[in-house]
Amino acid sequence: MLRFAGTILSNGKARIGAAILGLFLLIGIFAPLLSPYDPNANDFAGGEGASAAHWLGTTAAGEDVLSQLLHGAQVSLLVGLVAGGLSTVVAVLIGLSWGYLRGFTAEAINFVVNLFLVIPGLPLMIVLAAYLQGGGLIMIIAVVVITGWAWGARVLRSQTQSLRSRDFVTAAVFSGERPSRIVFREILPNMLSLIVGSFFGAATAAILAESGLSYLGLGDTSTISWGTMLFWAQNSNALLTGQWALLFAPGLCIALLATSLTLINFGVDGISNPRLREGKDAR
Amino acid sequence: MLCALRKLGLFALTLWAAVTINFFLPRLMPGDPADAALARLAQNGPVTDATRAAIEAQLGLPTGNLWDQYVSYLQQVVTLDFGVSFTYYPQSVSELVADALPYTLILVGLVTVIAFIGGTLLGVLAAWKRGTWLDALPTIGGSFASAFPYFWTALLLLFFLGYVLRWFPSSGAYSVTSDPGLNWQFIGDAAYHAALPAVTILVTSLGGWILGMRNTMISTLGDDYVTFAEANGLRKRTVALRYAARNAILPNLTSFGLALGGVVGGSLLVEQVFGYPGVGYLLFNAVINQDYPLMQAMFLMITVSVLVANFLVDILYGVLDPRTRR
Repeated sequence: MLRFAGTILSNGKARIGAAILGLFLLIGIFAPLLSPYDPNANDFAGGEGASAAHWLGTTAAGEDVLSQLLHGAQVSLLVGLVAGGLSTVVAVLIGLSWGYLRGFTAEAINFVVNLFLVIPGLPLMIVLAAYLQGGGLIMIIAVVVITGWAWGARVLRSQTQSLRSRDFVTAAVFSGERPSRIVFREILPNMLSLIVGSFFGAATAAILAESGLSYLGLGDTSTISWGTMLFWAQNSNALLTGQWALLFAPGLCIALLATSLTLINFGVDGISNPRLREGKDAR
Repeated sequence: MLCALRKLGLFALTLWAAVTINFFLPRLMPGDPADAALARLAQNGPVTDATRAAIEAQLGLPTGNLWDQYVSYLQQVVTLDFGVSFTYYPQSVSELVADALPYTLILVGLVTVIAFIGGTLLGVLAAWKRGTWLDALPTIGGSFASAFPYFWTALLLLFFLGYVLRWFPSSGAYSVTSDPGLNWQFIGDAAYHAALPAVTILVTSLGGWILGMRNTMISTLGDDYVTFAEANGLRKRTVALRYAARNAILPNLTSFGLALGGVVGGSLLVEQVFGYPGVGYLLFNAVINQDYPLMQAMFLMITVSVLVANFLVDILYGVLDPRTRR
């Protein structure tokens, strides 16, 4: 496991990504200590620009932008971790069984996965969220998982297919092991890097999806997240009043967090495909 | 020939599955969308029997035979009759969709093709010049830009170029003064209004194509036939484009079809920011007004468009890669 992390971090891009992610994790954990005010306190003058008292200004409703920004990290990290994790679990369960099975069942799964892959995710999310209004964060996580597992399943399936014909799997079959044990005990450990990779991919997608849905006002608009901050910013015409910090900061945080996960995946790619490795051992 | 038939059959099956999902979606939801829709519609005046039947077939009723509902729903889909919208009463859903669809199709279609071609070429260049700034710049820039939420890129462009500098219009698809139709003045005006949404989609989607192409290209460059072509003393550009890129583009084409759904989704948010009267803007308005009939029809339209695009890519793939024609 340590060697695993070492290989990932030997990639320069992954190091940058891990540093950014670490920073956001610290911000998320220590947000209550770091933020100068209560993020829900709205007794300040509304719609102010940056000042010494409010580094990023105040919202139209009179809340401190910096405090909201720091607390917003919690929601994005939570959604990324939980929704990304759950999508990965579904992807592993379906992808591995699908890769190992043959015949009609495999064809049927193939059809379902392809259907989920081609149905555009965001419109489906919007429609689901429209019916489930008022569901809050749990609803958003559920919607993200429903629409986000298929890609990982497909990647894991093709790797399972190529591992299935290896000698150690044949040996396991002949020694009379049950199929479930072969798939999850013999094959699964050999594709850990792909699973980690699809987790980071799914987490990135989940964070972007949450921000998009919250921005549209389809989540719980009283939750403090980067997406809802932008929702309120646009609703209160921050574009016209010229509060660029209020528009700029939450989006930049979303972009940085998503980039950090993508960058870490460059390192993870290097484990499964040595040709993509960088540094001394690459050439 | 057999393969083409199989693809066609699979396409028809997928189409049917998407239509059926659209049928079951409102029926699986808690609450009663059909009742809510009828109540909202009644605020606009008396509901005709035809309208009521259309909504019931689309959204379902607590009582009633599921099979009968399904049959009349399929009739609706085939005849493209989805009842009236109550947000834009008394316009019919089909009219609204037909008005919005061209804007989105032209905007998203054109920009996506430009982004795919541009991104693929940049990816080839990045892989070929691996380790130089020509590799680092598009790779890092691309992965950063593709992590931008679509709506945020849109908001920033709108703020700086629309409100602060006033270089571009801040909303709409054409000026109030221009006359919609096939004349140069209108086309120029429409292009001017579409510029910011187009740039947003381009910036956010370009990175994905660059990265995908770069990675497959690097794998292909390690293959023996590329080394062989180099050893033969072929020109570098010939090796890069005719040997390596020609083969590396195949997996990318598959992801082109799949990523299309993502781009369409992103463009929905972009349209919402710019007030661009396409499918996304209409869908968003349908959602906040709980205009379920309009919403269901829009979702079906978007899904079917993406399915058709994927089917076309699939056919193109068969043309480009003879091995899949078996």
